[in-house]
Amino acid sequence: MSDEHIDEISGVSTTGHEWDGIRELNNPLPRWWVWTFYITIVWAIGYTIAYPAWPLLHSATKGVLGYSSRNDVGNELAAAEVAKGKYVTAVESKNVSEIAADDALREFAVAAGGAAFKVNCVQCHGSGAQGSKGFPNLNDDDWLWGGKAEQIQQTITHGIRFASDPDTRLSEMPAFGDIITADQIKQVSAYVASLSGTVSDQALVEPGTMVFAENCVACHGDNAKGNKELGAPDLTDAIWLYGSGETAIAAQVRAPKQGVMPAWVGRLGETKVKELAVYVHSLGGGE
Amino acid sequence: MLDNTQVERLEAEAVNSAKVRQPMYAARKKIFPKRASGSFRRFKWLVMAITLSIYYLTPWLRWDRGPFAPDQAVLLDLTNRRFYFFFIEIWPQEFYYVAGLLVMAGVGLFLITSTVGRAWCGYTCPQTVWVDLFLVVERAIEGDRNARIKLDAGPWTARKLVLRVSKHAIWLVIGALTGGAWIFYFADAPTLVGELFTGAAAPVAYITVAVLTATTYTFGGLMREQVCTYMCPWPRIQAAMLDESSLTVTYNDWRGEPRSRHAKKVLAAGQPVGDCVDCNACVAVCPMGIDIRDGQQLECITCALCIDACDGVMDKLGKERGLISYATLSDYNANMMLATAGGASSVNPSLVRAADGLFSDKVAHFHIRKIFRPRTYVYMGMWSLIGLGLLYSLLTRDRLEVNVLHDRNPQFVTLSDGSIRNGYTVKLLNMIPEPRTIIVTMQGLQGAEMSVVGDDVQAGRSFAIPVEPDRLKMLKVFVRQPADQIHGTAQTFTFRVEDKASFEADEYTATFNAPEIAR
Repeated sequence: MSDEHIDEISGVSTTGHEWDGIRELNNPLPRWWVWTFYITIVWAIGYTIAYPAWPLLHSATKGVLGYSSRNDVGNELAAAEVAKGKYVTAVESKNVSEIAADDALREFAVAAGGAAFKVNCVQCHGSGAQGSKGFPNLNDDDWLWGGKAEQIQQTITHGIRFASDPDTRLSEMPAFGDIITADQIKQVSAYVASLSGTVSDQALVEPGTMVFAENCVACHGDNAKGNKELGAPDLTDAIWLYGSGETAIAAQVRAPKQGVMPAWVGRLGETKVKELAVYVHSLGGGE
Repeated sequence: MLDNTQVERLEAEAVNSAKVRQPMYAARKKIFPKRASGSFRRFKWLVMAITLSIYYLTPWLRWDRGPFAPDQAVLLDLTNRRFYFFFIEIWPQEFYYVAGLLVMAGVGLFLITSTVGRAWCGYTCPQTVWVDLFLVVERAIEGDRNARIKLDAGPWTARKLVLRVSKHAIWLVIGALTGGAWIFYFADAPTLVGELFTGAAAPVAYITVAVLTATTYTFGGLMREQVCTYMCPWPRIQAAMLDESSLTVTYNDWRGEPRSRHAKKVLAAGQPVGDCVDCNACVAVCPMGIDIRDGQQLECITCALCIDACDGVMDKLGKERGLISYATLSDYNANMMLATAGGASSVNPSLVRAADGLFSDKVAHFHIRKIFRPRTYVYMGMWSLIGLGLLYSLLTRDRLEVNVLHDRNPQFVTLSDGSIRNGYTVKLLNMIPEPRTIIVTMQGLQGAEMSVVGDDVQAGRSFAIPVEPDRLKMLKVFVRQPADQIHGTAQTFTFRVEDKASFEADEYTATFNAPEIAR
């Protein structure tokens, strides 16, 4: 620095640094600039005193203003609770049909029910309520126990074949492997399959009709349309919980699989169950 | 014993001796611009009147849009996310219009700068306009340059205190009015002005007014030229926009030098003498406090007040105006070559004059055709193309739109009769401030029918639905196709929306998914 260099054009001394012949002028900073710099430092110190900042061994300084982002979240959540309070009250006091008929209330219930669905129901019914083998698709228009909002509410409230709820929906298809012969099972499976599609051997259908009339009509009905009181599925439609086709039907006749759904009212409460019922009803298949 | 002179002197110097020590910081030197008068000053008054009027009056202009939209001509409605500009209404997704205008402003600035230099800085920049306004107040209260210098140097008397307090008070009022006018662009002005004074306005309104009052007062009253020199990036960028054909405020030293306060004496001694009488009038009027005679410099905002000042002096002396003038670098260089006999000597003003004492024919003057050169053609072309593009897009834009979101989870649902159902979220955008009935029709997808969830609508292949003014209507639409009509796992079809009254229509091509084997 001792050999001072003055720039010819501006008459200003340079910093002494040189890059490929380019030198940096050593103009003094405006004094207000340095004051601005000091003010930011003072502000920063003040800020760390006012707000939580300095780390200590096991915690951090709390700040004299007592600000906490956790409190902020708490306040916002509380405000949100208050804001949705009037909807919750309305959901509590009305039945599911009334809720579904009110635009604003339905919108609220569908949103709240959708959130509850994602926590409690997706494990079996899938994230889009599309179900899978053995777990019903809730989007379609085929309902084992009825697709009216009240019926859905009843199903969610008490569950299906849920032993610890006395009001649970209950039905049991016998294992026909012990009751009728293997041939008869083949025949009745062919008949059932013929109701909604084609079968491998048309000759099996006629005797199958007889087997069906003797063993199945009590629950599934004369026309095989099922019975929602008993949770007996419609055998004439395109929807098969345990698979379509003669083989899958035969397996279900021989030793039926029967799903269980828990009763949810004890865990979620009536309001949440209503919201869930409105949500499921809104998925497109509600009756 | 040694004599003093016999002690050897070592070549050493302290590293921080006063000789090499530099000041790290420099205080602002006070500037007391003198009032200028002349054509440029008149032009600046005009620009100031126009720009300030636009700023303060625009929010108060009314524009009738019917009962469903605000009647403020220019309104940035942040709550409802709408921007109103006279007959134009912009939704957030149309923000590219604003982006396009900003690009046009940028290219326009390049165009202006490459032709007439830093005209933006000198005449229309808010910083320049407000500083000018603050200087009007300062002059009215404290007097012109000399009076202000005297007052500033003098002791704190009661009079000085009164003058200073009233000056700063008026500055603060101007600052508050500036901030006050700003917020009217964001809400209904007549309503907001009432709320503002009764304390009913939103906190953000008061905060905005307070912040803008502070910045206006600080930048316009206290910092002034410091903002331009140290805070603004534009002076540094603009230098790159100038070339040798750009007009800029120039001291013509080819006729001014050698400057002298004693021209007759110098002439008598047989020395050359220029037109500059070294009166410093150009320096005294400069709001940046610089000397234009030092040549082009970053600090110069080209406000041209030095031209007015110098022309006044030249008039009094009976010399031609234009010792300081708008000139291009190429003209200036040509004239310098003339005055220095091709660079052989120092400036000799007699070389640019003919025998009769008037300027010789060889002196270069600005010609209007210099404005038209490839650079300005390119800027002009870009500017016009973007402008025409925006205009075309604005005049042909849709005020009725449909957006469709296909349900993905599940993609399709098999119904009990074997038919396949797909779900869609259909968004109808009614972008005019009037209620409309929109006809939604599906085209293609043989045998399929729609149904609408929630809304009480008889669907089928087509349905009509009312949409509120200036609103988006969201519908959940199910499309169901019988099993025997399905061809392939992904069929396309079209949602068409129409307003029968205005013949506006929009379409969206959607996909209908089905499982591999549908039946």
